[in-house]
Amino acid sequence: MIEEEEIDLLLKDLYEVYGYDFTQYARASLKRRINRLWTLDKFPSFAELRYRVRSDPDYLKRFVEELTVNVTEMFRDPTYYRTLRTEVLPTLTAKPFIRIWHAGCSTGEEVFSMAILLKEVRLLHKSILYATDLNPEVLESARKGIFSMSAMKQYSENYILSGGTTDFSTYYTAHYGRVKFNEELAEKMVFSTHNLVSDRSFNEFDLILCRNVLIYFTKTLQERVLTLFDESLAPLSYLGLGSKETLKFSSIQSRYKQLEGEKIWRKIG
Amino acid sequence: MAKNRLNAGHSVDCSVVVIGGSTGSIDVLLRLLPALQPPLSFALIIVVHRRNTADSTLAHLFSLKTSVPVKEVDDKDVIRPGTIYLAPADYHLLLERDGTFSLDDSEKINYSRPSIDVTFESAADVCGSQLVGVLLSGANADGTAGLKAIKSTGGFTVVQEPNTAQVGFMPQQAISGGVADNVLDIPGLIRFINDLNTTRSR
Ligand SMILES: C[S@@+](CC[C@H](N)C(=O)[O-])C[C@H]1O[C@@H](n2cnc3c(N)ncnc32)[C@H](O)[C@@H]1O
Repeated sequence: MIEEEEIDLLLKDLYEVYGYDFTQYARASLKRRINRLWTLDKFPSFAELRYRVRSDPDYLKRFVEELTVNVTEMFRDPTYYRTLRTEVLPTLTAKPFIRIWHAGCSTGEEVFSMAILLKEVRLLHKSILYATDLNPEVLESARKGIFSMSAMKQYSENYILSGGTTDFSTYYTAHYGRVKFNEELAEKMVFSTHNLVSDRSFNEFDLILCRNVLIYFTKTLQERVLTLFDESLAPLSYLGLGSKETLKFSSIQSRYKQLEGEKIWRKIG
Repeated sequence: MAKNRLNAGHSVDCSVVVIGGSTGSIDVLLRLLPALQPPLSFALIIVVHRRNTADSTLAHLFSLKTSVPVKEVDDKDVIRPGTIYLAPADYHLLLERDGTFSLDDSEKINYSRPSIDVTFESAADVCGSQLVGVLLSGANADGTAGLKAIKSTGGFTVVQEPNTAQVGFMPQQAISGGVADNVLDIPGLIRFINDLNTTRSR
């Protein structure tokens, strides 16, 4: 088990050597992740773990990827997507372009879900989906649009619960236990690394989705990120968070109105 | 009465009680909750395995059984005594040193999210000897590693007597693993938890 002071040392190294700042991540989860890696990669001591992280950039990639949690799924929380479909997207139809930002998109399941939704409400052709993450590796995987076949049963159930009526399997082709989603869905996606801790706003959006990313941050970092989103949201645009995340503690809250029963807020002020 | 003397000869001064359970544990909780004598001097945290639906029916069901406030945890909620907290479906529930909760949607542990081990271990890390861990009925091996962590940081552990459990496997694992300070039937558990409460009206 890693000691608190050892965590501080590691985080200091990550920042000094590579510029990654994890000091404002929620500590309990971070500690579990580090312990998990220590065990998985069989380091005999903290000193060896630290040395490897400091001196081996390839290992650093793995370390950062495993330090962050990349779990995701398609149409996660189906009622959320139902609300996007029935209440949010219809208010955007008059716009010449629709700009959407998925911040912390992980391996892209959420972005492909959104593209399907947009296609079904006939808005995909004029939308752009910016999908960003801290990890280049997950983005590489997202770009390919290839997912495991074994997850499709659950995804297709989620899709139906979200109000989808097409045969879900028409959106992909299966190949040796994996599926590749149709090129047409990926055409409007732009993938790029973006670190919510240190990078700036890069556009103005009609909808920002940042789900299950803020739970890993302290309140201080959450406030920074929410301010960044606020600066990046056009009037009457939307911000969607994960099912247990909230604007409640944030200074931007007063300018937003929550949609009934969902973690989606509309910018009104 | 600041401290309670328990059968095992320990005395416990606790600020957090964390209860973990799986199959068959809801029934136990539905008997325990109405028997609690508020106000509670500790925070009561409940982690039960359930289907990963995000609805809050379980918290609602619990709240009907007690006058102690019941809250399904949201990210960064402050941990307060006198409150019952329920781990939300599909997230691991962790405790932070600053006295708040945090949530984590990382891989399942023991096929479970929330995992009892995750919360027990995190609570042990933060609360040390101020913690009491209780493991109820279940068909899963979750909880044993967590109770071990609680013991090793000076906390106290209690396990439901397996033959009083709907499914005895989970508590039996803990007993076989040597991590149960005390083994109690349901009335015993109720008495034990009420005895931990130093502010109850009598
Ligand atoms: C649990 S996943 C959430 C995926 C998806 N949004 C969902 O809800 O299913 C969290 C993602 O946030 C990313 N992340 C963590 N810290 C980040 C940061 N500072 N900047 C950008 N992305 C970050 C992780 O790499 C990971 O892919």
